[in-house]
Amino acid sequence: MTTSITGRSAVDDDPSGPVGDRASTGRLGDRIFGGLALGSGLLVVGIVTLVGLFLLWQAVPSLMKNEANFLLSREWNPSGEHPRFGIVDLVWGTLVTSVIAMLIAVPLGVAVALFITQYAPRWLSRPAASTIDLLAAVPSIVYGFWGLKIAGDYFQPVADVLQRTLGWIPLFTNENISAKSTLAFAGVVLAIMILPIVTAISREVFAQVPTTHKEGALALGATQWEMIRVAVLPYGRPGVISAAMLGLGRALGETLAVLILLSTLNPNADWTFSIFNGGSTFASRIAQGAGEFDTPQKTGAYIAAGLVLFIVTFVVNAAARVVIERRKAFTE
Amino acid sequence: MSTVQLDHAAAPPAAGASPGGGLGEKSGGRAAKDLTARVLMWLAFAVAVLPLAWILGATLVKGGHMLLDATWWTNSQAGITSRRVGGGAVHAIQGTLVQALVTALMSVPVGVLTAVYLVEYGRGRLARVISFMVDILTGVPSIVAGLFIYALWVTTFGFQRVAFAVCLALTLLMIPTIVRSTEEMLKLVPSELREASYALGVPKWKTIMRVVVPTAFSGIVTGILLGLARVMGETAPLIILGPYTKVIATDLFNGLMATLPTMINQDRTEALQPAVDRVWGASLTLILIVFLLNLLGRVIGRFSKVKG
Repeated sequence: MTTSITGRSAVDDDPSGPVGDRASTGRLGDRIFGGLALGSGLLVVGIVTLVGLFLLWQAVPSLMKNEANFLLSREWNPSGEHPRFGIVDLVWGTLVTSVIAMLIAVPLGVAVALFITQYAPRWLSRPAASTIDLLAAVPSIVYGFWGLKIAGDYFQPVADVLQRTLGWIPLFTNENISAKSTLAFAGVVLAIMILPIVTAISREVFAQVPTTHKEGALALGATQWEMIRVAVLPYGRPGVISAAMLGLGRALGETLAVLILLSTLNPNADWTFSIFNGGSTFASRIAQGAGEFDTPQKTGAYIAAGLVLFIVTFVVNAAARVVIERRKAFTE
Repeated sequence: MSTVQLDHAAAPPAAGASPGGGLGEKSGGRAAKDLTARVLMWLAFAVAVLPLAWILGATLVKGGHMLLDATWWTNSQAGITSRRVGGGAVHAIQGTLVQALVTALMSVPVGVLTAVYLVEYGRGRLARVISFMVDILTGVPSIVAGLFIYALWVTTFGFQRVAFAVCLALTLLMIPTIVRSTEEMLKLVPSELREASYALGVPKWKTIMRVVVPTAFSGIVTGILLGLARVMGETAPLIILGPYTKVIATDLFNGLMATLPTMINQDRTEALQPAVDRVWGASLTLILIVFLLNLLGRVIGRFSKVKG
């Protein structure tokens, strides 16, 4: 069932698949039913197009009135006669949390996928896979609350050590913020949240490695690890890349966990590069502003931020899809 | 399946490396690396399971006692302040279930029909475009879906923020899940079944409705349940579109309607113990509902595989 998130579709499979295309007779029933099916498909295309166009349409008036540089400003005062707002802080917050999430979740997810497909005894591999999938079933608001109330306190010592030993690097300076409210910890929680998707897709490609490749390596005297390195990992690389990208897509848009954890910054505070600082992501800023969508102009500013997020996730997901397609072209 | 068996065929030579027996004379370094990798993989799995166990354990310990109280399942929060103990979650449970049901009613037909198109009809560029758009829809962040519906429903049409708008946003998130899982199931239906039906002169649409879809039915239901489980836990669109209320509400088009996620969101910043308890209780209830749906989906999926 988890295959549904791989983005592999019937259309990508062999065209000579289970289809009786020429069975259509042009009878009324066939035309109606076929039309309904096509209509649903077109509706999906329409929805995605509408999302983009609508957000653009609603964002433009606010962007026109914006007196600050939308891409380069750190301010966020979208109301009043002289609205000034920009997304630099949001780009930074989203980037840092997502990169941290990826740095943790991708290696871990690949290792877990290898465990499930190559190492786990047979009785364990299926339950192990389902267990990791269950991580995706925990609602994101619960992750946030758990991080804030429980897990965050255990991150404090880790943060302290990193700040003491690596504090001379701008990324790790101590900003005197509780460790659980920092970009770093939000990234850690995001990593847990995207782990199931990275694992599920990596698992699937590792399971597809041709038996002959693996047996060949073993027959040449490779240890199991060497077999994995020469046969499994190279074969699975495109799949792992697209898994990472889909995970990134999720991390970029995660809202509630980040909203609950991150402490927002004072807009007048000096700029720092520290990951042990508070901040905002696109998603958390929008969720925060949801209570004050009172004027179209103000709402438009948040919609503009949402549009940027939509475009970024669109590009990331499309890229993941392209990687999957390329792999298919290569293996077939 | 075959790969699972292979793992066991492959195990002996690899295992032979560590005790130093067997044919391959593996140098100590290579055997050590192999062993290190093996240990690391087991460790990775343990690390990945830890947060799940931790979250479930914590929620159970902190919220379990709330669920044992009968009023949790019978009362709403009407008239209860965050200072006061008492009240239940019935209003939120009811809202969550109602909204999920309405969402399913809207997204299931569209999702299943789109999958039917992709598997049974679609070829060429148009089908590729539709399939690509389903992927993109899968990746649309839930907050963007909420924002889009807000822009459409509230800003453009001038309607109020009501439960039905939430359902619209959730529908966007549920459609791609249903399309992909239904596709998987339809692909498993053997083409001999279709051919036999065509050979009897049954029209294509009747073949699909009477033969293909019924054969894949339980699989499709599984996909729907998993999709439902996913949207029930979504909170971001609710924050934009569904303000919280403490009373039981039934009207999707008027007034407010509570859900479990908004109930959690309402009290999560409170420091008072009754409010904190309620947050854990609502979290546990939500997790239980989502897990039950997941479990149900898996059970149905396991016991009724399409036989290919």
